[in-house]
Amino acid sequence: MSGPREIPEGGRVEPGGLDVAFRLNGRDVVAHGVAPMERLLDVLRDRLGWTGTKEGCGEGECGACTVLLDGLPVVSCLLPACQVEGRDVMTVEGLAGQESMSVLQREFLEAGGTQCGMCTPGILLTARALLDENPAPSRHEIRTALAGNLCRCTGYQKIIDGVERAAEVEGRGRGGSDAG
Amino acid sequence: MLADIPVHSPRTLDDALGLLASPPDGRALTILAGGTDLMVLLHGRVVVPEAVLDISRLDPLRGVRLLDDGRLEVGALTTFRALAGDPLVQRHAPLLAEAALTVGALQIQARATLGGNVANASPAGDSLPVLLAQGAHVVLRSEAGERAVPFDGFYAGYRQPDVRSGELIAAFRIDPLPEGARCRFRKVGTRLAQAISKVVVAGVGRLDAGGRIDHLALAAGSVAAVPVRLRGAEAAGLGLSPEDARAPVSRAATADVAPIDDIRSTADYRRQVTGRLVGRFVDELAGR
Repeated sequence: MSGPREIPEGGRVEPGGLDVAFRLNGRDVVAHGVAPMERLLDVLRDRLGWTGTKEGCGEGECGACTVLLDGLPVVSCLLPACQVEGRDVMTVEGLAGQESMSVLQREFLEAGGTQCGMCTPGILLTARALLDENPAPSRHEIRTALAGNLCRCTGYQKIIDGVERAAEVEGRGRGGSDAG
Repeated sequence: MLADIPVHSPRTLDDALGLLASPPDGRALTILAGGTDLMVLLHGRVVVPEAVLDISRLDPLRGVRLLDDGRLEVGALTTFRALAGDPLVQRHAPLLAEAALTVGALQIQARATLGGNVANASPAGDSLPVLLAQGAHVVLRSEAGERAVPFDGFYAGYRQPDVRSGELIAAFRIDPLPEGARCRFRKVGTRLAQAISKVVVAGVGRLDAGGRIDHLALAAGSVAAVPVRLRGAEAAGLGLSPEDARAPVSRAATADVAPIDDIRSTADYRRQVTGRLVGRFVDELAGR
């Protein structure tokens, strides 16, 4: 049985044969036989079967394929597999348990932030990173953070509402009266 | 197709420079940093590299430090996100911090690097007019050693950076701002985020004790085949009060640029907007 093969010291990766080991939603995973320049987006969806991450434009413009890389939002369509080795990746599937939604997901849904759903995973992850860094953002800060996530359905207002509601509920949950 | 592209991911700068000096199997190396340009071209099959040199593990090429001579050294792999949040950059090169926040959106800023923006050599690169207006050198490393090239003149023509065979862009050394200088960065695009600029302008200027302009450095992007210093505009303003300088600086700037019509804008619009942006900057020098 062969373990994950690290990119060799100083060197050379033979075409077509990289085993990429990384953390995905809190678990250690290995994607076998990956082309080093393959997109993380394809590794997630086609090799590992995690299809929550959606492909929009494929050019880094729309934000649909956003995942968190070591906690920061990045577009997985522009991230080559060879740069994922040893990193921590979170997709929309990592936001909550199998049965329940996170506060962010629930408030987003109740605010009407989702219509067709294509942009939703990317927006939820960008919003998660924002709230982790800034638990009580202004509407302007929410808009700025989400500027790289395009939505063709909602007109954005309800998306902003959903993130704002989630910030309020999470703030109450921490018991901080200064958070709201 | 993807599976046929070998990737080299060296852990040390020496290994990287060795690979650049003698590419394995004679396959030309395309350099990969944050990937935000290369991955777009690769996925669209616009570029299919013979082989890739992934420099993202070269940690010494990341980060910002103040040199003894007062210049700011920025590693080529420093991301725009890191630039925007770096206290040294905010203090010594505030235009660079400001420009960093206009590159793409958060998702791009977390990955895209200053070295990549310069190496990609698009005349629309957001950070390039900043390096021109403040003054900077590009530090290139190769097995032969180090070569520092003034950024003004670094592009011989459209997308022709002065990077020789075997060289890697390692860092930038950015000149200190003149004491008391005012700075301005303006990007005009279709929307705030994820827009490629129609016009981008950076300015550094200062008034002497008598209220006359004694320093003026203006640069613009998306208005010529390469990012340009607006030398005619600078000369038109030096020694004048902002009130007297506004019109001649603005007029001269429109002659300093050589824009084209393209999918993002027209030559005429770009020329007019360049003039207005530098005129407004001259107003700001007067504190208005």
